[in-house]
Amino acid sequence: MLISLFITCYNDTLFPDTGKAVVTVLERLGHTVEFRAEQTCCGQMHYNTGYQKEAVPMMQHFLKIFRSAETICIPSASCVAMIREYYPLLAERTGDRAVMKQVQDILPRIFEFSELLVKKLGLTDVGAYYPHAVTLHSSCHSLRSLQVGDGPARLLKSVRGLTVAELEQSDQCCGFGGTFSVKNPDVSAAMVADKSRCILNTGAEVCTALDNSCLMQIGGSLSRQRAGVRTLHLAEILASTESGDRG
Amino acid sequence: MSVRVGQAAQAPSYPDAAKDAVMNPQLRRNVKHATTVIRNKRARVVGEMPDWQQLRDAAQLIKEHTLRYLEEYLLQFEKACTLAGGTVHWARDADEANQIVADIVRSHGASEVIKVKTMTTDEIQLNPALEAAGISPIETDLADLIVQLGEDKPSHIVVPALHRNKAEIREIFLKKMKLNELGDTAEALTAAARTYLREKFLRVKLAISGANFVIAETGAVCVVESEGNGRMCVSLPEVLVSVVGIEKVIPTLRDLEVFLQLLPRSATGERMNPYNSLWTGVTPGDGPQEFHVVLLDNGRTQILADEASRETLDCIRCGACLNACPVYRQTGGHAYGSIYAGPIGAILTPQLQSMEHSQSLPYASSLCGACYEVCPVKINIPEILIHLRGKLVEGGQAPLSERAGMKAAAWALSDSRNLGIAQIFARIAQKPFEKDGVLRNLPGILAGWSSVRDLPAIPDESFREWWKKRERR
Repeated sequence: MLISLFITCYNDTLFPDTGKAVVTVLERLGHTVEFRAEQTCCGQMHYNTGYQKEAVPMMQHFLKIFRSAETICIPSASCVAMIREYYPLLAERTGDRAVMKQVQDILPRIFEFSELLVKKLGLTDVGAYYPHAVTLHSSCHSLRSLQVGDGPARLLKSVRGLTVAELEQSDQCCGFGGTFSVKNPDVSAAMVADKSRCILNTGAEVCTALDNSCLMQIGGSLSRQRAGVRTLHLAEILASTESGDRG
Repeated sequence: MSVRVGQAAQAPSYPDAAKDAVMNPQLRRNVKHATTVIRNKRARVVGEMPDWQQLRDAAQLIKEHTLRYLEEYLLQFEKACTLAGGTVHWARDADEANQIVADIVRSHGASEVIKVKTMTTDEIQLNPALEAAGISPIETDLADLIVQLGEDKPSHIVVPALHRNKAEIREIFLKKMKLNELGDTAEALTAAARTYLREKFLRVKLAISGANFVIAETGAVCVVESEGNGRMCVSLPEVLVSVVGIEKVIPTLRDLEVFLQLLPRSATGERMNPYNSLWTGVTPGDGPQEFHVVLLDNGRTQILADEASRETLDCIRCGACLNACPVYRQTGGHAYGSIYAGPIGAILTPQLQSMEHSQSLPYASSLCGACYEVCPVKINIPEILIHLRGKLVEGGQAPLSERAGMKAAAWALSDSRNLGIAQIFARIAQKPFEKDGVLRNLPGILAGWSSVRDLPAIPDESFREWWKKRERR
């Protein structure tokens, strides 16, 4: 299958290893990955912060770049949620029927990374090996918008050598919330303090999720505390094998 | 027209007020404990309802329908209530409503009134208005009484004193009820409140209540509560005045079936409220012999006019969104600077009054969606928060530095070449702040991040650069 990768702007800039891991996993499964170099951003930050007008050209750019792509893989649940939930509303704002139709046409071809594996490809064992104790943070967008269910947990459980450490209060937000984290730093810090406590209680070495944005928040707090737990996107765990051919 | 919501106009911004709240261990413990208890109870009793989602859909449809024909239903209510011996008053705003109530009290020469279950009168600041007119209002809902005696403000829609624990309540009662001794058990505190209140119920001749629902078809008013103090208030006095937001009307008695299943389960995790009071006008020889309803607008018709946020008026004030909200759970209600706290407050307060007084509220959410998930009438709160943020930005009320940053980001993200340039620029700009692969002590708005967290340094190679190299191989 030819899979077109939408890396997302922040993964591209801050977490390139996640993108490399997605490529590794998909190629190992025998698929071809393409990267359309003109891609930029879904517009989520602007949209959610109240700059809806600025998000319109980003949506139109996305639609232009990916219109002809058959299967689009996005390693970020919140960017997928932006596209699925808010592109239809944003398209309506433009009043342009062609744009509204383009959005409706593209939605069925969009998959968050774990959705692509579990729902589209029907896989939970992708041949990974990762001999560590791992806990899964269910990001709000994956939980409530995408409703990925137990897909990510099943992917983790199929990884050889990996021990899953159950996270208590797993439905609680980590406190990132995009610009919320800088507009409300005290509350955001209080929220991630609670999240950190739950993560540390699991005894896990690694906290994983489908969103590097949450992991940046959780990891940034754990790092400041010198807590000795690291954060890693699910794709990077699934890319690991016995022969260590990650990335 | 003056529109106000509690003390919101003078309140500090949410982030500033929240700073004090998160540094208060007692407050955080109290709020977390109380919200956790209610959340768990709610989850249990909602879980036993096989048709919960259908009930939510039904409630949403009833509310949508009623708001579409609001004028007709309000007029129908007025007619039915008047026919049953009630008097209906219309108040455009807080001042008008307060004036109407004060005039009724004065016409009876009363200097005291008892009150129950009325957030709406907190919204319009009725108590200070009555006090200014020489009338003493006495709150009779236990939690409202704690708040009033503690010279405090409510911090939750359903459990206004949730930020207080038993020890704090005991202190307040000892001092304000002038008691010599008082135990610290829930039973002892409740008994003290009962003795204190019983005397008021038997003595005061005039009561003010709110309403959970008013019914257009029959002209009835409905109040649900847990203590029975509401029942006393609406049945013992000679005169009763109910202050009701115009969005509280529902078409028929039958519609109550849906809401009386949703409301108690969502609000307190009870299958049914212990007291469900429903009365229609005046009944000779039974209950208050004079009955007034004050129908209050106070900004509600403005909300109705905005199609994108109209469903804010669907709210039945159950408070489930507060208990579910990870933001509210850290700060409690006072930080919101309004009697309407939490997610519903963050959308209701800025719409009820001039936005400039509460522009931080639509941003007091991480948009996690927990509120929408539990809302019994399915108000899409995250979507409305984003809509209100958009209105603030469009109205030029966002900080200049933010607008500049967003403009720069929009340029960088408009084209992949621009993004490439921005990535290279950011890698250079981060150098002074980078140590061991993390960024600390960042300037400007990013200081909000780095004051409490590390930020990973931007790696030397972006994904797109890696891909380009890989393709060349």
